[in-house]
Amino acid sequence: MSEQTAPQGIDALPGDLMMWVLIVSELLVFGAGLAAFMAVRVTDPVGFAEAQGHLNATAAGINTVVLVTSGWFAALALRCSETGQIGRARGLLGAAMVLGLVFLVVKWLEYVAKSELGITFETHDFFLFYYMLTGFHAMHVIAGIVILALVAWKISPRNTEVGAAFWHMVDLVWVLLFPIIYLL
Amino acid sequence: MKYQTQKIAFAYFIVAMALFAVQVTVGLVLGWIYVDGNFLAELIPFNIARMLHTNSLVVWLLLGFFGAAYFLVPEESEREIHSEKLAYLQLLILVIGTAGVVVTYLFDIAQGNFLFGKEGREFIEQPKWVKAGIVVAALIFLYNISMTVLKGKKTAITNILLLGLWGIAILFLFSFYNPANLALDKMYWWYIVHLWVEGTWELVMASILAFLMLKLTGVDREVVEKWLYVLAALALFSGILGTGHHYFWIGTPGYWQWIGSIFSSLEVVPFFGMMAFAFVMVWKGRRDHPNKAALLWSLGCATLAFFGAGVWGFLHTLHGVNFYTHGTQITAAHGHLAFFGAYVALNLAIISYAMPILRGRDPYNQVLNMGSFWLMAGGMTFMTFTLTFAGTVQTHLQRVNGEGFMDVQDQLWIFYVMRFGTGIAVVLGAVLFIYAVLRPRKELIEAGVSGTPAE
Repeated sequence: MSEQTAPQGIDALPGDLMMWVLIVSELLVFGAGLAAFMAVRVTDPVGFAEAQGHLNATAAGINTVVLVTSGWFAALALRCSETGQIGRARGLLGAAMVLGLVFLVVKWLEYVAKSELGITFETHDFFLFYYMLTGFHAMHVIAGIVILALVAWKISPRNTEVGAAFWHMVDLVWVLLFPIIYLL
Repeated sequence: MKYQTQKIAFAYFIVAMALFAVQVTVGLVLGWIYVDGNFLAELIPFNIARMLHTNSLVVWLLLGFFGAAYFLVPEESEREIHSEKLAYLQLLILVIGTAGVVVTYLFDIAQGNFLFGKEGREFIEQPKWVKAGIVVAALIFLYNISMTVLKGKKTAITNILLLGLWGIAILFLFSFYNPANLALDKMYWWYIVHLWVEGTWELVMASILAFLMLKLTGVDREVVEKWLYVLAALALFSGILGTGHHYFWIGTPGYWQWIGSIFSSLEVVPFFGMMAFAFVMVWKGRRDHPNKAALLWSLGCATLAFFGAGVWGFLHTLHGVNFYTHGTQITAAHGHLAFFGAYVALNLAIISYAMPILRGRDPYNQVLNMGSFWLMAGGMTFMTFTLTFAGTVQTHLQRVNGEGFMDVQDQLWIFYVMRFGTGIAVVLGAVLFIYAVLRPRKELIEAGVSGTPAE
């Protein structure tokens, strides 16, 4: 750790090793969930296509733009944090958090619309996975907002890097969920 | 022994090994009941013997953990245990409670009594007064250990150990909640049974293993600590929601089938990690520690835990598979190798390491101790194979072909005979181990010296 040579192996990872352990674990879980979703879909392609017709792809598309933009703000916040522009970094983190909240509101409206149609996770296997995967992802958005708030409070380049890494993971998972669940 | 109060561990290890002897002996009796169904049916019914086998296992493993904590915390915190008296009081309460459970069940005293009667919930069968005693003992222990750590040096090993031990105690409180609804009962029941062995106990295991690696291999503390934190995080990440693999068929909503399958599949990762950790530390280590038996048990623990808990666990954790295998001998195969690999071997590793130090001697009777490792590990592995084959046949006959349970059991007889044979090997190994660590020796036997029988 105190050596002057360039870090190698796992020490070369930006931020904290524990965050990377978490990110890899999360990707494994969501990857397994999506793989299971696609495997079950093979057994009932017609039912899945019919169920997918009830989803609001436009709202999810908007949410994709919202979340990716939010990730961009987090990346900008890291740059400001590294150059010592603390106020600006905090502002950008705040913007990232607000967009995270916008994502959750849109998500909530989507769930309300489903619920009004009487659709629950027991309606069809498709909706079991829909609620499970997007719900699990939404919980990570909430966790991400909390993490970004903590980072904004105890701001440092390293903390910002760790928080932004988690936020990008949340981003990445959504970018995978969106096409597979809503579009394909 | 650097600190006088480490001596407390000696008493805990002695009681633990006594219960270990009881546990495997009852196991042998049970093995014979599988061969001859009416054996001792009047004296000790199967369910009572089965309760003794599992409960004495849990109690002696916990006593081993407590002993390990009393042994390693002073060294890590660099100070004496807060109160020696309290530690012995804690042991006394646990011994009285254990005896109380045995007497209550064997003679069925105070049947139906709220406080003194048997409770009959698998693994948490203890009458209420014993449960209360366990809580008091746990509070004494946590107070004693936490005070020691708080006043002394805090290391990653004591942090993770305390996290695990506090978790064990807090989760046990669910044993006081017994909903009338059987599905709810089972749901909370797993908060103890699963979150112990696939959560908090793994933290204890990782920290004790880290302590052993630190001492036996001489690898830098910094390296050991980095591994330890990662292992603890992986265990909790996969283990907590992995509880879902017990919620497949008890009346909980269907999404548990997927949550349980996905997260519990990942439970193999921390066990693989612990195995990798142990081997990498030994390869990197520069120290040639004389206690080879402790090193053998440590490596054996990490390896057999990976196979027993990790591989054999994954074998029947996916709900599509478990639909057929649930509650067959496949479960028994997994249970035996997982408990032996992860927790029995871990305790025997720390006992092998600590005993010579506690008794102020050089490591001795190493050959006997290592022989007991191969006897027990070999017996247990063979038992696991036997039960796995029995379970596969059982699954097909009973769950696929739909034959009656007892008709199938008759056809499994040959497997049960072989399993009884493996049980004898395990019991002999256990006796040999206890003899090897307790038998007083006047001098150290060095390998290769002629004229001295290397026993």
